[in-house]
Amino acid sequence: MPMKLSNRTNFILTVALVFFVWLLLFFINGHMNTYMIRIVSLIGIYGVMAVSLTLINGITGIFSLGHSGFIALGAYTSALLTMSIHQKEVTFILDKVAWPFNSVQLPFLPATIIGGIVAAVFSFLIGWPSLRLSGDYLAIATLGFSEIIRILALNLRSITNGALGLKSIPQYTNVWWSWTWLLITVLFVGSLVNSSFGRALKAIREDRVAAASMGINIFKHQLLSFVIGGFFAGISGSLYAHWLTTIDPRTTSIGVMLTFNVLIMIVIGGLGSISGAIIGAGLFAILTEWLRFLEEPMKIFSFEFSGIAGLRMLVFSAMFVMVMIFWPRGIMGRKELTWNTLYSKLRRGSGESNE
Amino acid sequence: MNEILKLDHVTMQFGGLTAVNDFNNHVREGEILGLIGPNGAGKTTVFNVVTGVYYPTKGKVLFNGLDITSLKPHHITHVGISRTFQNIRLFQDMTVLDNVMVAQHHEIATKDAEKYLVKIGKSKYGANSTWFWRSVFKLGYLRREKEMKDKALNILEKLGLRKLAAEKASSLPYGEQRLLEIARALATDAKLLLLDEPAAGMNPSESQQLVQLIKWIRDEFKVTIFIIEHDMKVVMGLCERILVMDYGVLIAEGTPDEIQENKKVIEAYLGEEWSHVAE
Amino acid sequence: MNLYTFLQNLINGLSLGSLYALIAIGYTMVYGILRLINFAHGDVFMMAVYFAFFLVTLGKVPWLISFVIAILAAALLGFTIDRVAYKPIRNAPRVSALITAIGVSFFLESFAVVVFSGIPRSFRNIYPKFLNNMLILGGHEEVKYGRNVIVGGLRIPIVSFVILIVTAIALVILWWIIYKTKIGMAMRAVSVDIPTTSLMGVNVDGVIGFTFALGSALAAIGGLLWATRYPQLWPYMGFMPGLKAFIAAVFGGIGSIQGAVVGGFLLGLTEIMLVGFFPKMAGYRDAFAFLILILILSVKPEGLLGKRSVVKV
Repeated sequence: MPMKLSNRTNFILTVALVFFVWLLLFFINGHMNTYMIRIVSLIGIYGVMAVSLTLINGITGIFSLGHSGFIALGAYTSALLTMSIHQKEVTFILDKVAWPFNSVQLPFLPATIIGGIVAAVFSFLIGWPSLRLSGDYLAIATLGFSEIIRILALNLRSITNGALGLKSIPQYTNVWWSWTWLLITVLFVGSLVNSSFGRALKAIREDRVAAASMGINIFKHQLLSFVIGGFFAGISGSLYAHWLTTIDPRTTSIGVMLTFNVLIMIVIGGLGSISGAIIGAGLFAILTEWLRFLEEPMKIFSFEFSGIAGLRMLVFSAMFVMVMIFWPRGIMGRKELTWNTLYSKLRRGSGESNE
Repeated sequence: MNEILKLDHVTMQFGGLTAVNDFNNHVREGEILGLIGPNGAGKTTVFNVVTGVYYPTKGKVLFNGLDITSLKPHHITHVGISRTFQNIRLFQDMTVLDNVMVAQHHEIATKDAEKYLVKIGKSKYGANSTWFWRSVFKLGYLRREKEMKDKALNILEKLGLRKLAAEKASSLPYGEQRLLEIARALATDAKLLLLDEPAAGMNPSESQQLVQLIKWIRDEFKVTIFIIEHDMKVVMGLCERILVMDYGVLIAEGTPDEIQENKKVIEAYLGEEWSHVAE
Repeated sequence: MNLYTFLQNLINGLSLGSLYALIAIGYTMVYGILRLINFAHGDVFMMAVYFAFFLVTLGKVPWLISFVIAILAAALLGFTIDRVAYKPIRNAPRVSALITAIGVSFFLESFAVVVFSGIPRSFRNIYPKFLNNMLILGGHEEVKYGRNVIVGGLRIPIVSFVILIVTAIALVILWWIIYKTKIGMAMRAVSVDIPTTSLMGVNVDGVIGFTFALGSALAAIGGLLWATRYPQLWPYMGFMPGLKAFIAAVFGGIGSIQGAVVGGFLLGLTEIMLVGFFPKMAGYRDAFAFLILILILSVKPEGLLGKRSVVKV
């Protein structure tokens, strides 16, 4: 048996996988209950959030805590574009809707893309000053910027409807939209990481001084990674808004809490791995849903136990801290789940060894 | 002979401390020039000024006649100067091959930033940002990738590291790590290599091999070598000309024989009582 | 804005500033030693406030004693967090430590939601009522609604003065600890150079734990005073003040206690003054703190009193 799979085999296997996943989605969509379908959609959305953040944090080594800001930008922009004009007039009670939103309505796809672009533009503007800072300061600066975005959302009533948020956003997101965007994100980011640019980004993560000495323009490459991550964050925001059908500008929904959630996903999955990010996103979605039972009334040994709200996140955060202490590399570490790794596991399993 | 690098009265001060004081010398094209001196003499600072890490308080740095004093480190590499580090700075989590391949990235990623950079060796593949999109969408990119990979493997082969190509850089033995740093610097297509203590931590037989290797690299790759070293056997066996620094000042210049008999040099290393040895 | 309003804002700003200062000190001490932004710091003060609240309402413990117990409990909590969560990863890359701190913060907030429930509670009945009384200076008497009422003039709640006084006392005690005790000297040494200090026979881990405890106690004092000013309790109440206190610490110069104090006062003052001069911008007052942060990081990242590794008063 050959040591490594050829490029052609890789390609065929990947196409087969995508086909298989699509078949699975088709099955899920047709046969499972609405609740499960929504969770599957959510996994796709979380996947886009996670992959976009792992490009910035895990692969390029930029410790950004501002991701929720870009997600929010994508969410608001696209929702304001897809809601019908009548709907907007009805929702905006405090201040009338500003131009251009008061006269524009777009279909889902262009609205999502515009959401991504708006997020990318802001990534550029925010990255420009922030990326000049080092490690911890960069983290706080990006956190600060995402908070500023949220506070602006709370106050610019004619654009965002202020503290009331947006409601009755058309529920466009289904498994197809979310998973297709996930595929696009993975293909784009994966292709970038598997190129010379990806090597450069990793080099920046490993040792900035040496990377500069090898001719890499640190600032430009970091900005590049930041903007691409921001773009897909915006896309995920749009998908999220049209899944949730509301946007609420409080800290706990699109504020820092959201950034922390995505951070948890990529840390558990493996900081620096795209497949890890998806695994982390899936685990997060499934665990938070599964742990919901902790908040329902239940019987333990014939004792009635009334559910406690918030127990999920408590268990979750405890798990997270323990993972950080005992298992900081996460599930995948920095490695990717490639056909080659599976193949070599199979080979070793069947007792063959050419080494 | 062409002066490939000229340090024109370079002074580097950090607040009250003068690390390099009026350093005025040059590197001739094709030579192997050594820079020695006691610890703290300012040798690495000279390297850092040349490579753009520091901007000199006074003076200029010229590369092939071009003023590169104010260029940032990544521009210095575009221009054709590369370096290794005193404390190994490999990309630890990346493979040996990737370490060498990433050194070639600047050729496809650079937009012509400063006009005068264009005058120096243009990359065969043009330097522009469309390569970003071509990399992502893999349009004509795979061929380029293969060329970079072949070139990287070639360099690794020449330095005896080919077998380790798929290993993580962090897993390499110390001596091989130092060689990898040199391989990486070569892969940038540099014309001038600054080697900062490449023999540090090597045993005598390894350092002898290094001497032969560096001489061979100079001939094979047609580069100029500027080397900081503490191991005197390496310095004397390798360098055609030697500069000696002490307390930031250039105190002597000459061939290995001349330097060994130079009173000031002996004083700098061993103290004044020993200077009579030279007489 | 007339003179009275200005003075009012000034005093309010100083009292808010002292709250930020008390909390900021904890951040800066931990950062000075460990280069760690202890995200959980703000949540420690939240826990202290809740603890005091339940001691008074459920335990029927007198308020002053409850406050003291809460402060000690906070110190213990801070120490425990360091032992359990931060010590095991002392040697891990900074990013891991930061993420762990975020996790601990998250945990404390979730804990509060579960144990204390997310319903906002009021601190108003906890502390003695006289703190709410207004000190009125100037103004003139008028007959309004059939009563004699003093209109205009300077109105300052007594609690503002109490905050200033308590803060001053706390700072003096802190100064005494850091400069006049052995443990204080150990703290200063550890903040400069950990390996050498441990070679000198100092129990570095113990000193670090003490630093956490001390910082947490100060944060608890700040938190209890905060709750008297802004009596609404909810599990995330520590998040924004904590963040702003950190910004204050960076503003003044992270790693320097003087910096934390100066930064805290300046931040409090500017925040109140901003709202005072531009009442329409009130909704943006939090954003303003972040703006200051970004400005200082761009212009003078070491902060106003910029020193990085030495813990100073």
